[in-house]
Amino acid sequence: MLVPISWLKEYVNIKDMESKDFLDRMIMSGSNIEEVHHYGEGIKKVVVGKVLKVEKHPDADKLFVITVDIGSEVLTIVTGADNVHEEDYVPVVQSGGWLPGGIKIKKGKLRGIESNGMLCSAQELGFGDNVVPAAIKEGILILDQAYPLGMDILEALDLKEEVVEFEITPNRPDCLSILGMAREAAAVFSDTIKYPSTDIKHNTDDINDYISVQIEKPELCKRFTVKAIKDIVIRQSPWWLQKRLMASGVRPINNIVDITNYVMLEYGQPLHAYDLRYVSGNKIVVDTASDSQKFTTLDGVERQLNSKMLMINDAKEAVGLAGVMGGLNSEIKDDTVSILIEAANFDADNVRATSKKLGLRTEASSRFEKGVDTNLTLDAVNRACKLIEELEAGTIIAGTIDVYPKTEEPRRIKVRPDRINALLNTNMSTDELADLYKRLEMEVDLGDGADLYVQPPTVRLDLKEEVDLLEEAARIYGYDNLDATIPKGYTQGGNSSKLDFQNMVKEVLAASGLNEIQTYSFASPKGADMIELPEASIKRNFIKLINPLGEENSIMRTTLIPNMMETLIINYNRNINRAAAYELGRIFLPSDTELPNEAISLVLGAYGQKNDFYMLKGIVETLLDKIGIKGAEYEPEANHSTFHPGRCANILYKNEYLGIIGEIHPDVAENYDISARVYICELDFESILLNADTEKIYSPLPKYPAMDRDMAIVVEEKVYVREIEKIILENGGKILENVELFDIYRGKQVKEGHKSIAYSLTYRNAEKTLTDGEVNRVHSRIIKALKEKLGAELRE
Amino acid sequence: MKNKLFEIKNTAINLIEEAATKDALEKIRVEFLGKKGRLTSVLRGMGNLSAEERPAVGKIANEVRQVLEEELKKAFDNINEKEKLEKLHKETLDVTIPGKKITLGSKHPLTVTLDEITKIFMNMGFKVTEGPEVETVYYNFDALNAPKNHPSRDITDTFYISDNVLLRTQTSPVQVRTLKSQAPPIKVIAPGRCFRCDTPDATHSPMFQQVEGLLVDKGITMSDLKGTLDVFAKHLFGPQVKTKFRPHYFPFTEPSAEVDVTCFKCGGSGCRVCKGSGWIEILGAGMVHPNVLKEGGVDTEVYSGFAFGMGVERIAMLKYEVDDIRLFYENDMRFIEQFR
Repeated sequence: MLVPISWLKEYVNIKDMESKDFLDRMIMSGSNIEEVHHYGEGIKKVVVGKVLKVEKHPDADKLFVITVDIGSEVLTIVTGADNVHEEDYVPVVQSGGWLPGGIKIKKGKLRGIESNGMLCSAQELGFGDNVVPAAIKEGILILDQAYPLGMDILEALDLKEEVVEFEITPNRPDCLSILGMAREAAAVFSDTIKYPSTDIKHNTDDINDYISVQIEKPELCKRFTVKAIKDIVIRQSPWWLQKRLMASGVRPINNIVDITNYVMLEYGQPLHAYDLRYVSGNKIVVDTASDSQKFTTLDGVERQLNSKMLMINDAKEAVGLAGVMGGLNSEIKDDTVSILIEAANFDADNVRATSKKLGLRTEASSRFEKGVDTNLTLDAVNRACKLIEELEAGTIIAGTIDVYPKTEEPRRIKVRPDRINALLNTNMSTDELADLYKRLEMEVDLGDGADLYVQPPTVRLDLKEEVDLLEEAARIYGYDNLDATIPKGYTQGGNSSKLDFQNMVKEVLAASGLNEIQTYSFASPKGADMIELPEASIKRNFIKLINPLGEENSIMRTTLIPNMMETLIINYNRNINRAAAYELGRIFLPSDTELPNEAISLVLGAYGQKNDFYMLKGIVETLLDKIGIKGAEYEPEANHSTFHPGRCANILYKNEYLGIIGEIHPDVAENYDISARVYICELDFESILLNADTEKIYSPLPKYPAMDRDMAIVVEEKVYVREIEKIILENGGKILENVELFDIYRGKQVKEGHKSIAYSLTYRNAEKTLTDGEVNRVHSRIIKALKEKLGAELRE
Repeated sequence: MKNKLFEIKNTAINLIEEAATKDALEKIRVEFLGKKGRLTSVLRGMGNLSAEERPAVGKIANEVRQVLEEELKKAFDNINEKEKLEKLHKETLDVTIPGKKITLGSKHPLTVTLDEITKIFMNMGFKVTEGPEVETVYYNFDALNAPKNHPSRDITDTFYISDNVLLRTQTSPVQVRTLKSQAPPIKVIAPGRCFRCDTPDATHSPMFQQVEGLLVDKGITMSDLKGTLDVFAKHLFGPQVKTKFRPHYFPFTEPSAEVDVTCFKCGGSGCRVCKGSGWIEILGAGMVHPNVLKEGGVDTEVYSGFAFGMGVERIAMLKYEVDDIRLFYENDMRFIEQFR
């Protein structure tokens, strides 16, 4: 809401206040400020001039040579604008003058003719392109009267103005008006408002001879108030009015339309003016449209109506789309002679639905949508008539038609001062509290008990119950005047065990050199194709969004692998030569209940230098070790279409699936257009959590020494290390304490198609010192078993 | 004989002085002090001496042995010391060569920020809880006192899965879930992902993260809210920071406030970060609306409470001076590694 401070000052006494103090206190009472615009700032040496002569530039088709009198001298100025005529009064920037935004105007030659300054447009004086009247949008600002020549333009046009853009919260539609903001200011500064005059001096005729009003749908039109005006003279509004509208973000059109807009800004009550010539039958009927009906609004667009839309009709046809926009058929024109001014109150939901359906949002509809007080209409039409009278734009017809089926009475709300004080930790007396409410134009009944009965003005649609008045008391008392205390009572803070566990996992992965990534919870359904998920995969059972931003964000992710792949690709394409990362996040799968199953998943991914299958597997092993999952098995998996058939394993623990690890399938790599090998591990975090065992119990340190024996065996290439280790462990008896693989060798000394695998075995007896004989016996048994079962040969 | 002993002594000492290696010294030791050594053989000849001479010569011989042993030891020690120094010298490292670093991974900056926020509240006695990202209209709007026709419910603002199910637009639904599942006193924070129909740009993201806070107990006041958040801000941004509570509107709290902190960049004098105002908005808060408490089954005449919510991205962007929210979800390793 744009509020010119000079306008506010007409109703509330803030004249002597420093701007900063004023703004600070408004902010602290709840009227937050988005921006402050300073009109007139940066304008120097711009004066009033009178055009003496307009000539075509001899050497340029589109330029004019203007002779302009600025009192002290007569200047020659070259301009491109074609709306300047002799006798016009115009703003003249003298050479050496300044315009807003730090623009300096210097003498210059334009196609051979010296230009001693510049004529300027409304935009150049600081008004927005969106509010400058259409007639002068492309040209010079022609002044509305004969100001003294050479007068400073700041003074002539009263340009110095501070306009504050207030942020209005949705609960305060009453503040979408100058009077609403004046009420706030008055409450903050303990002042009373001086309301604008609605006192019409002269009346003639009788409105009943001009118009009658009938409301067919009182639930959608709560009030309809009209006045009639004759002898209308349509012309441009005076400068002060145009300037105020422009500063408030509204484009001036003509005096009548400008007045309706001015009053709307002033009161927050939308108004509409009809050309009475085109309201047939002297009759207004407020009723819903029919489904087949069409209607052309003021903007010239033909609209398809439906039976829910409320219309303003005359005896024959529709003349307005209630609360949204008037009709083109009854528009105010240059030759309009008599008009109706309407101020009505329409149902918020109905206006919102109509506006949404038609994709047509206006100043009026956005106000009705948020809520307008039904008790504003009469003041608003009277105020408009008062301004018409003041601007000598017409003669007011006596009487008002005001159809108001059900009068909106003010609410009476019980307030318990004890409760207010208890919740705010204050010590206000009943009188002090009552005074806060009175500052907000509320009527307060002190009653005879301890309670207050408070009656807010009807414009305060938001105040319905005690808690609303608690807030009013708090903000006028001042949040900054409330103490800061620490809540009493002890509570034990902390994470849930699940979050603690996640944090531990993140620490381990960070220590392992993986960076954490975070990707969107929604994803593209194509991700499943990109990673070659089988058609039947349950991970293709997507939770779909009805209104996604795009296909790429249209489903809730069921696996983190595509997100990881995309992240790696982004990095790869930026020539980052290696990346190793993880994401710990939720995946979403359909469930039997209303909401999907949100499970936590963990994905690890890596490419580039030093990153390979065993690097990633090592990290997984480190992690599982840390969380007490010892002895997880890695079962070769050749049939998962996401992964390389020879480089993939399911991770199992006690026969339960924990996850999968592998190099991505060349087809998947091709889908993502990456030529580096990519390694991925996806872990079912929920299973890991279930199997985790982080309890620590001390086991006694060994009392007797251990004996280490190394051995290297040669086996066929196809033999998995897991088989060898299984045999070693089976035959190690009680004294085999540890088996550690320390080398795998293929080469000259080893037969083709074979590999040499070296182990270091540790033997220990917890009860006594081992002898060579005991160890040798077990060690030989192991070697023998390897020989028999795997055809392994001992390498010397 | 005495002379012979002195001669041996002098010869040996000379040799010891000249000896450069441990081997040479050993040789000298054997030559003079060994079983067949020169001193030993002189001593063997003592049998020929008279009984009067013997003790005196014996004494000298012992003295000579003692001197030689001491000299040998000294020389040994010297050589040892020298060899040690030589060895140490040879072992000199170029200590300016870079070490063998362990490459630590980095937590995501939003995790780092969130951890910092949660730690502060955990220390103030708040428990961390969570709620679903896919939520019902009831928990996300209805139970939070959001007007039926509030624009935030529009399909242009909120992502929907069905008429009744949506992607939560705030972490506030956790408030009602918590109120329904436990009895006061309640003191929780709830971090999590939220979603709104915003096209990504430098300051908007269709997914973002919030931390919600809720405290419900007997006798909780608006002063308690001020005190709690003031302590939080001082922990997060430094003890010099001041807070400012401005009235605002949220459907689920009343009175409601927006909370600003003095700009930690300029200290309040006005700069680019705070857009000249000296203040930076960091969170929204208020006293829990009675309608929300009632929805959670709490007796509003007995209990009261406050709630607050803040954007994790916003705080991370302020703290680390990140100027584009999209960086958080792009996951460029060079970005993430800056928060190691």
